[in-house]
Amino acid sequence: MLYINCPHCGMRSQNEFSYGGDASVKRPELNKEVSDQEWDDFVYNRKSLRGKHLELWQHISGCRQWIKVERDTATHEIFRTFKADEEVA
Amino acid sequence: MSQAFRIENVGLLNRDKKLSFKFNGTTYFGFEGDTLASALLANGVHLVGRSFKYHRPRGFFGAGVDEPYAVVQLYRNGETEPNIKATEQELFEGLEAKSVNCWPSVNFDIGAINNFLKIFLPAGFYYKTFMWPKSFWYRIYEPFIRKAAGLGVASTKHDNERYEHKYEYCDLLIAGSGPSGLASAYAAAKNGAKVILAEDKPRFGGSLLTSDVNIGNQSGKDWAEGIIAELKTMPNVVVKNRSQIFGYYDHNMLVMSEKVSDHLPETKKYHPNKRLWYIRAKEVLISSGSIERPIVFGNNDTPGVMLSSAAKEYLKVYGVLVGKKPLVFTNNDSGYETAIEFKKHGVDPVVLDSRNNPDSEIIDEAKNLGINIKNSYVVVAAQGYKKVKSADIASISEDKKQLGKIENIQCDCICVSGFWTPTIHLASQSGNKTKFKEEIDAFVPGQSKQNETTLGAANGVFSLEETLKTSFTAGSEISKKITKKDNEVAIPNVVEKKSSQHDKFWCVPLPKGKNYKRFLDFQNDVSVSDVEIALREGYRSIEHVKRYTTLGMATDQGKTSNLNGLQLVSEIENKVVPAVGHTTFRPPYTPVSIGAIVGREVGKHSKPTRKSPMHEWHEKNNAVFVDAGVWLRPRYYKRGNENLFEASKREAKNVRTNVGVCDVTTLGKIDIKGPDAAELLNRVYTNAWLKLPVGKARYGVMLREDGIVMDDGTTTRISENHYHMTTTTAQAANVLSHLEYYLQLVWPELNVNVVSTTEQWAGAAIAGPKSRDLLQKLFPSSDVSNEGLPFMGYIEGDLFGVKARIFRISFSGELAYEVNVESDNGNFMWDKIMKVGDEFKIQPYGTEALSTLRIEMGHVAGSELDGRTIPYDNALEGLVSKKKDFIGKRSLQRSAFIAEDRQRIVGVVPLDKKTSIPEGSHLVKDDKARLPNPKLGHISASCWSVEYDNPFSLAILKDGKNMIGEKLFAMSPLKNKVIPVEIVSSHYVDPKGERVRS
Ligand SMILES: [Zn+2]
Repeated sequence: MLYINCPHCGMRSQNEFSYGGDASVKRPELNKEVSDQEWDDFVYNRKSLRGKHLELWQHISGCRQWIKVERDTATHEIFRTFKADEEVA
Repeated sequence: MSQAFRIENVGLLNRDKKLSFKFNGTTYFGFEGDTLASALLANGVHLVGRSFKYHRPRGFFGAGVDEPYAVVQLYRNGETEPNIKATEQELFEGLEAKSVNCWPSVNFDIGAINNFLKIFLPAGFYYKTFMWPKSFWYRIYEPFIRKAAGLGVASTKHDNERYEHKYEYCDLLIAGSGPSGLASAYAAAKNGAKVILAEDKPRFGGSLLTSDVNIGNQSGKDWAEGIIAELKTMPNVVVKNRSQIFGYYDHNMLVMSEKVSDHLPETKKYHPNKRLWYIRAKEVLISSGSIERPIVFGNNDTPGVMLSSAAKEYLKVYGVLVGKKPLVFTNNDSGYETAIEFKKHGVDPVVLDSRNNPDSEIIDEAKNLGINIKNSYVVVAAQGYKKVKSADIASISEDKKQLGKIENIQCDCICVSGFWTPTIHLASQSGNKTKFKEEIDAFVPGQSKQNETTLGAANGVFSLEETLKTSFTAGSEISKKITKKDNEVAIPNVVEKKSSQHDKFWCVPLPKGKNYKRFLDFQNDVSVSDVEIALREGYRSIEHVKRYTTLGMATDQGKTSNLNGLQLVSEIENKVVPAVGHTTFRPPYTPVSIGAIVGREVGKHSKPTRKSPMHEWHEKNNAVFVDAGVWLRPRYYKRGNENLFEASKREAKNVRTNVGVCDVTTLGKIDIKGPDAAELLNRVYTNAWLKLPVGKARYGVMLREDGIVMDDGTTTRISENHYHMTTTTAQAANVLSHLEYYLQLVWPELNVNVVSTTEQWAGAAIAGPKSRDLLQKLFPSSDVSNEGLPFMGYIEGDLFGVKARIFRISFSGELAYEVNVESDNGNFMWDKIMKVGDEFKIQPYGTEALSTLRIEMGHVAGSELDGRTIPYDNALEGLVSKKKDFIGKRSLQRSAFIAEDRQRIVGVVPLDKKTSIPEGSHLVKDDKARLPNPKLGHISASCWSVEYDNPFSLAILKDGKNMIGEKLFAMSPLKNKVIPVEIVSSHYVDPKGERVRS
């Protein structure tokens, strides 16, 4: 079971969180013309990386904040975690 | 019966407490402190079971967790449990056990015929032999195998035992209480670290209980006792026996199974049977020791052949002689230690050493005791069927290829030692890259992946002095980094006998003309020849050889067989063992009972049960409940002998003619506040929200980004910046997460807060033509006229002193209202509604009537919003704004979603107006068409229309728009029904929606 450092609450077990997918996906702005390809990339197409992956988790049984987690999908190592509004450098 | 093989005054048992027990129906006696295995051996019982495949007689091979044979069915306190190792099960008064794997009995086993048919049961026999003909599998092979084999029978009764889960955090978790575990735990504890020390056996001390060593001028056993006693007094230390750490998972999470009650005749009151510990450790020290490995020879599975370390443990811990004429067969000095113990207790052993002329302190001691030692000698084969009677032995050449003349010597047991295999399971599970250590012919942990350190024998260190030194140092250094304290601990001096180099020899060649079975895996009956066949047939990867032969796949996970299997593959393949590699170790290290894994989440505790504040009233009024997500909701209120159908029809009819009340507390409720609340709603819902006035409700549909309907419900503007959103019962949690996702990640600039208020409000839906009259009497000071409270209006009212929210919304299609009060006032509200409603012939209605009412109105619910439909499919396209953007809007342009013949909701009526259509039935054009019959749609919900008194269903149908009036067939292969139907409008009752506005 993963041990995730919630930037708001500290180290918590994975069973307090729910997974939210790739954190690098940006929703197209509202009212903007979007091509089929752009929209499909946003809704459906994901990379399924092996290695370092920035992903979203919600601390659903804790502070309910959505956070970003930088995790290796092969080794499960977690490198860094970020608040929702933190820019990932 | 006397304990003929027990010696006086030896061992760690409580001889004052004699215990009686039954094995295969016979009563025996043992002592407190025995295992089932030691007690049976004390009584001279060696035959405990039959092997898995050939049903050969099986005895005891080990004395603990590594035991491959002695698996029994246990009976305790009216319950039974399979797959219990007799070597681990502690004896208690009244214990009953039976052999498994034998039918009809352990002494006469029909399956043993397999032994004589073994030529037909070679490697891969599961894959080959039973493949053909197919029909034979079900009728002949499978029933036969099931009856003849297996590891016992699971109980089919409800398990009355309680199992607990516990979550724990510590600085150092130490697995195993042998010398390395004790030393490292002690050093870490002295530095103030929070330590958990786990031992799978009842007694602490590991190898110190049986070894002849001296630590700090005490015996090893006394030293261990002293350390444990001190650790137990320290507040920062938890010491647990009977506790097996069986799994090492991600991020230093380990799981331990504590057997709280298995050693007792029955579980004590308020105690669990087992406790499963989830331990998050900062550092893990693996001091799991090593397991002796066998030398392979002919008939090496005969009862009476066992590990030499096990024989020594039975003697030193339990005071039991496993034989009175022992033969010790060894390739290293450990066999001598066992021989010396025999000799000291008046039994004359014979030692066969495969080595030419070994020399060490231990061997010298054996020689001085006058033990008969034969160098360069091996056991060729054990003789005897149900028990060892003698052994064929022979000298062996230096290259270990040639056997000398075969002699037969009398013996009643063969104690075998093929050197030691470090127990690396936990390290390997943690992701450690193990490496092969040439000097000990075994794998040891290599590069750590997580925070784990392996110490002592588990790390391939067999000298006690070195083990203690490295373990004290490791415990001290590792804890120092965590606690920043450095309390030095003096390392005690050690006296131990030096041993000599072991022999790499591990398998006795077959003598000419003999075809003895030489077993590698005793539990799964895998022999040398099986592995040879697998390699001949082209299997190369050790993982494939394992699966084809089932080597190491039994419940003992190859603890005694793995390395010899690898040796054999490397020999035949002419590769070194590290190149062959070992198979993956996976949790659990030992079998864990399902009860422990499930814990307390059984039956009603498997999920929370949520009840509305009015639950008791429903109970008192004969409600029959149904699970709605985690909620319990009244399905119908039973009157007299009514069944579900009759009751729900009565309740629905009363709503259509008079007035009914339904508990709608379970609906999800979300409070939305902030200056941008309207903007959020406008983006989340498909319709427009910016102009909704205060005091008005609106129905809305929300989509996922892929255009699929996520949920629907009404949202009411309570005040300028305050909205009250309702969701379906099932989607309440998802909708909240959905809103939080957009507010926190996508549109953080919106100034809005959302919070769940589902539990804060009790809700009652009052529906029916007389509902306004009732409402007026409930709220005499409020104007609830059609003008004062129009359809989709909202007011606050005073319910006999209780503040209430009144919404004029309708799910039933009738004139209807929903009244909310704070949860604590739910019962008060309900009582008032029932009392005041009496004159209007009010009746409560349950979810079944609720469904009926909404279905015949064509209102969609979860069965239509099933994660596969878009607004159009549900005839909700009128709610989709063309002007503004919202979540999922862009997806609605997908070609499939705008196709001319897109699926759409319709009504379905059986032509005979009598036959109810099962939900899930498929709609087809031609009921006689060839399979697969093209499906045009499916029945999503069915009811008995109270308006027309005939069955009515909703369906999602391809090109539903153009299908009204068509005749189709509803087919349900599950219910074996074919029903001719007519497609009608989904709005079966009041299609213009006049009633809700009346
Ligand atoms: Zn948090």
